[in-house]
Amino acid sequence: MILAARHISVRYPGAAGRALDKVTVSLEPGRLVAVVGPNGSGKTTLVRALLGHLPLEQGSAELDGKPVSEWRRAQLARVVGVVAQREEVVFPLTVTQTVMLGRYPHLGPLSPIGFHDREATLKALRRCDIEALAARRVDTLSGGEWQRVRVARALAQQPRVLVLDEPTSSLDVRHRMEVFELVRTLVADGLAGLVVTHELNLAARFADRVVLLNGGKVVADGTPAEVFQRDILSDVFQWPVAVTTFLDGSPQVIPLRVGEEAAEAPKR
Amino acid sequence: MKRIGLLLMVPLSLVVGLWAGPVTLSPSEVLDGLLHPTADAAAIVREIRVPRVLLAFLVGGSLSVTGASLQALLRNPLADPYLLGLSGGAGLGAVVAIALNPNWPWAVPAAAFAGATGAVALVYRLSVVSGRRLDPRVLLLAGVVVGSFAGAIMTTIVSLSEAAELRRAFLWLLGGFGSASWRAVWVFAAYAAVPLILLLMSGRALDLLALGEESAKHLGADVERNKRLVYLATSLLTAASVAVCGIVGFVGLVVPHAIRRLSTPMHRELLPVAFVVGGGFLVLADALARTIVRPLELPVGAVTAIVGVPLFALLLRRNYT
Repeated sequence: MILAARHISVRYPGAAGRALDKVTVSLEPGRLVAVVGPNGSGKTTLVRALLGHLPLEQGSAELDGKPVSEWRRAQLARVVGVVAQREEVVFPLTVTQTVMLGRYPHLGPLSPIGFHDREATLKALRRCDIEALAARRVDTLSGGEWQRVRVARALAQQPRVLVLDEPTSSLDVRHRMEVFELVRTLVADGLAGLVVTHELNLAARFADRVVLLNGGKVVADGTPAEVFQRDILSDVFQWPVAVTTFLDGSPQVIPLRVGEEAAEAPKR
Repeated sequence: MKRIGLLLMVPLSLVVGLWAGPVTLSPSEVLDGLLHPTADAAAIVREIRVPRVLLAFLVGGSLSVTGASLQALLRNPLADPYLLGLSGGAGLGAVVAIALNPNWPWAVPAAAFAGATGAVALVYRLSVVSGRRLDPRVLLLAGVVVGSFAGAIMTTIVSLSEAAELRRAFLWLLGGFGSASWRAVWVFAAYAAVPLILLLMSGRALDLLALGEESAKHLGADVERNKRLVYLATSLLTAASVAVCGIVGFVGLVVPHAIRRLSTPMHRELLPVAFVVGGGFLVLADALARTIVRPLELPVGAVTAIVGVPLFALLLRRNYT
């Protein structure tokens, strides 16, 4: 285990309830964990708490056995690469300049960019298949290209853990698949992965483990087949769904139209 | 190539700055005055023009570094050194000093500095929300509000004062290097050194802050510490600039943009280039200000805008089309 949260609870200042309530999740090398759940269920809060950006009311978040709050930011960034949910570009850089920012945790304020940094940047560009875009300004990229640039920047950090918060929102089918395929290969190469997503069907096919959150609590935690069950999902998302099985054996979730519910199964 | 062109501005501007002035001197007389303390032009060159050129260079460089840093900190391309209530505070201080008319030559700059730091402290206090976080959006808002408040009090005082004082206050606020002296150069240089060095060392932190706080944290930046450092260093630099030469607009807004386009958007290189280009630009603007309507002198802030706006408009068009 590399990065783990044990029974963590988080309460935002002034809020009546907890945003996270005794959540446990752990990341291991070569395994991809998907965190799913409705809007406002605490997915992003979990990411922020795991990375030490929020004070914990109880429980502990640890990286390599040491509480994340005790890690210096730059040290942490050498181990954990994060692709945050949103990032607005105000001052556009080129793709190479953007990916090079991933080397900053390894550099002092004035130390020159060295051979090793250029190597790591180039490798990250290749890994994400964006070498051809290297000289482009990031404000000219498509959504899918920009997302790959941000993954490349996280890879340039040479992390052991990769965390992605809704990396495929607003991407089309091909780009969604490309991002998930890329993440899967990176994890197969030994990274510990965590992806927050609304893509239940992709999570079911790509993740080793799924954590389903609702109202800040873990409702289900296990293999995709264990978590993606009709009753659990219909209850959590407050919308009737059917669950079928794809050729590869992964569960696939189909939200039902109004009126289909009765035909599908007797109401609970 | 472009960068070399930009850096060539420095020697060019220094030469023009030393040569230009109400008294016409030939280039050889200027050189003579520089090299020989007993030459005819020595007094003019050594005691008036050199300190004036150096002060304009230091102030221009500081304002431009400040503007670049604030734009990154606030993630706002419109940010300039006076945005955060500084001009209002400094103006109020200066106007109070002019109205009271004390018998001390440094009264106006000292009062302007006090006013500016007072405004900074107030804006800072308002922007530190929920305990210890500095919120750039609140910072912007607090800056504008404090600036307007100080401006309103300033207007009140000005409208109640005599015509001569009013003109003096107005001209002082518009900015100029008419009162430059060696002493002003040393005081400014000694004072600006620390915040300038801190900002020049924060280049990488600014690259990350410009991405937004969340991403900056993920890439290893100590966001709260960096925000405070940049805010305080830029405020102190601007306060010092206002104290020695009033409010010189435009340099801090546009020079950083020009360099982002012509040279590099990465702050570790952008900031030093911004310093020398901003310095050179203000020296040239000041040379123009004191020669174009000889023997009168225009406020340098008016010149920076009159010359700079068309240049910048050209640059915008060329880069976007």
